[in-house]
Amino acid sequence: MSGALELEVGQVVAERTYAISRDTLVRYAGASGDFNPIHYRDDVAASVGLPGVLAHGMLTMGFAVQPVVDWLDARGWVSDYQVRFTRPIVVDPVDGATVTVVATVGAVDETGGRIDLTVSVDGQTVLGKAQVRVTAL
Amino acid sequence: MPVNPALTERAFAPVAPYLVGREKVREFARAVLATAALHHDPEAARAAGFADVVAPPTFPIVVAEATLQQLLAEPDAGIDFSRVVHGDQRFSYSRPIVAGDELTATLRVTSIKTLGGNSMITSETSMVDADGAHVVTSVSTLVVRGEDA
Repeated sequence: MSGALELEVGQVVAERTYAISRDTLVRYAGASGDFNPIHYRDDVAASVGLPGVLAHGMLTMGFAVQPVVDWLDARGWVSDYQVRFTRPIVVDPVDGATVTVVATVGAVDETGGRIDLTVSVDGQTVLGKAQVRVTAL
Repeated sequence: MPVNPALTERAFAPVAPYLVGREKVREFARAVLATAALHHDPEAARAAGFADVVAPPTFPIVVAEATLQQLLAEPDAGIDFSRVVHGDQRFSYSRPIVAGDELTATLRVTSIKTLGGNSMITSETSMVDADGAHVVTSVSTLVVRGEDA
């Protein structure tokens, strides 16, 4: 254990499951201004060869970091955050989709550390290289 | 039409300043399922040392929207948006964004690569506050799927 945030490499700092629905996608479209219809219209998604309506990648990136923000509370802040979008999340009109986030300490230094996110749907990861730099306040 | 490789040498003018509103921060926070008090409650934010509610980490994508439109509007860009997929995304901060910030974003296309019929455009949008101090840089890679991909 070291540094201002008392992190230990390998420590799981947060784990959470999010149930997202078409409502979640519509709300994100409105708040973000990303009105690409593949995120709310089945016919448009099908016409471009997609398996269904997809969650916005930026929505997934957006909520995947929240368990880290909540765990940090006011002790620190997210100073760098990156992801690769490796697998789209299909959101069923009735059942939605269930996304699991596990946040693990990857590295520690004097001012904070790196938290690695494992974000998955049905056991398959949907984001790659999802890394959060946290810095003590 | 392939993506124009000359975009990397182009200078883009800063877009009009974006004023970060408290209600917009709250709306965006709700949309990304962010429930922490720092995003919603000005008193909680002030107690933690911030001037007002703190924007969630991915909020700069809202500010970067105007620079994306600027890129797509280049008549010779060769970017068919219906074939665009978001490849990766990064936000590198100098300080958190809080309500009341006035952010000015400037776009730079840093690399264009072609791989197997697809083009990959990496761009950086740097955002500075009203004093000209750096706040955050958003780095995005967009993949433009080729006609056969």
